Amino acid sequence: MMRAARSMAREAADRRLGWLLVSPALVVLGGLTVYPALWVLWLSLQYRIPVFSISRWAGFEQFRFLLVDPRFWNAAWVTLVFTVGSVALECALGLAVALGLRGQHRGRRLALGLLLLAWALPSVVTAKMFEWLYHPSGGLVNFLLGGRTVNWLGDPGLALPALIVADVWRSTPFVALLCYARLLTISPDLYEAAQVDGAAGVQAFTRITWPLVRPILLVALLFRTLDALRAFDIMFVLTGGGPAGATETLTVYAYRALFQTLQIGFGSAIGVVVFALVMLVAVGYLRLISRESEAA
Amino acid sequence: MKPGRRDVLVLIVLALYAAPFFWQALTSLRPDSELLPLTHLWPSRLTLAHFDVVFRQSLMPRAIVNSLGVALISTALAVGLGTLAAYALARLPVPGRSVILLGMIAATAFPQIATVSPLYLLMRGLGLRDTWLALILANGSFALPLVIWLLAGFVREIPHALEEAAAVDGADRVATLRWVVLPLVAPGMASAALLAFLFSWNEFLFAYTFTATEASRTVPVALALFPGVFEVPWGDIAAASLLASLPPIFIVVAFQRYLVRGLLAGAHRE
Repeated sequence: MMRAARSMAREAADRRLGWLLVSPALVVLGGLTVYPALWVLWLSLQYRIPVFSISRWAGFEQFRFLLVDPRFWNAAWVTLVFTVGSVALECALGLAVALGLRGQHRGRRLALGLLLLAWALPSVVTAKMFEWLYHPSGGLVNFLLGGRTVNWLGDPGLALPALIVADVWRSTPFVALLCYARLLTISPDLYEAAQVDGAAGVQAFTRITWPLVRPILLVALLFRTLDALRAFDIMFVLTGGGPAGATETLTVYAYRALFQTLQIGFGSAIGVVVFALVMLVAVGYLRLISRESEAA
Repeated sequence: MKPGRRDVLVLIVLALYAAPFFWQALTSLRPDSELLPLTHLWPSRLTLAHFDVVFRQSLMPRAIVNSLGVALISTALAVGLGTLAAYALARLPVPGRSVILLGMIAATAFPQIATVSPLYLLMRGLGLRDTWLALILANGSFALPLVIWLLAGFVREIPHALEEAAAVDGADRVATLRWVVLPLVAPGMASAALLAFLFSWNEFLFAYTFTATEASRTVPVALALFPGVFEVPWGDIAAASLLASLPPIFIVVAFQRYLVRGLLAGAHRE
């Protein structure tokens, strides 16, 4: 009896302590994350243009306008091309780099450090670095192409691919490191056994490596998709969305509406669209991992 | 492939990969007269003039102080609050904790562009425009969900038996947290702190929006707005971006293990 009472008292004390420890974090997140997330939904339903002292209810008018806004559809298309292009390249190259690293002994630490550095640099630094590399007359790219004067970032057809290359440089390491860590956990015995059974090279890859590395590659793909959808710094600094909107993603359009034309309500509506897209991908991810952990 | 030939191939790939960064470093040492147009790969001489300009005539020194201050304090905030919350969520019977943890995962995916407008209005309303505090609060709270998620995972790895043994010895929960859990979770805290620090050091959108003068402008903002009088000062910008890269370089060199651990643990949000 007494033991039961004591354990109940302990349980109640633990619960109190638990709340006490969690509440500071929840207060901060409530005020600075949850509240703004709800507030932006509210803002998106209003016309808010402070410089003209406009502040009134809009309902879904701004979303209805987005449906017929060619600039919005252009931004959505650019976002889609940027996301699909950069994520696909990053996954393919990341896996290739991971496979290359596994078989390599000399210089492996250096390579890992270099990959980590590219990933850890501020995206503004990456943007400035590539802006200079792409410079028409002073850039290394044109110099190595034999003194051409291609205006990589000024040509509407080249700017988006050039932007994707910069993002691939910066984000491939993330995929590579995840895949590499997974590869290290595959026992060499598996490959030896496969070799005894006559499976080597391509077959060893498709039968052993690929099934084991696929789940983590999927995780990397989803994380990269989330990040690509909400990316802002790199295009904002590298091209500013130009030329002629060729690299204007939804995030850049939202920023321009919010802080350059000061349409707080309309910009928030675009932000809400990005929010919805990202959450859609995140929910997909959560369902995927819950399915995989059930299967495991 | 023969090992020797393979080494050469790997070396070439590595050199290609390092080229953008190496080129920026070389540009920072190249005399202005040899920048535009580019005629020779190697400059005829090296100069520290660009660093001189950056240190004496630009906002970078002040921005570095701002960035360091904001990043250190917001990291302390996130890791301090995050550790307490993570312990409670991993070990104590907090009502609704699975919902809270799910909320943390969702919050790690929040796009900054969606919360930047209400946060801007909030900071302006609180009179925090152009202050460190605005950036500390914004960056700290943005990093907090990931920190909590990472640390809850690390706390779960600690064997229950250790805490039970401490309880048998008469230690209460708080003493157990202080003397048993904290030392064991310290490496995890280091990983989380590195990620939070890097996030804040690299953060651009909040800083670009909430700051107005050198009172609070951070390194990425100073770099993005680097002023040029008649033309873009590419050499100075290269020197400034090299300075902006120093903390990440230091972290990668000194704490590679912790950084990789945090990166990998962050990817396993299950």
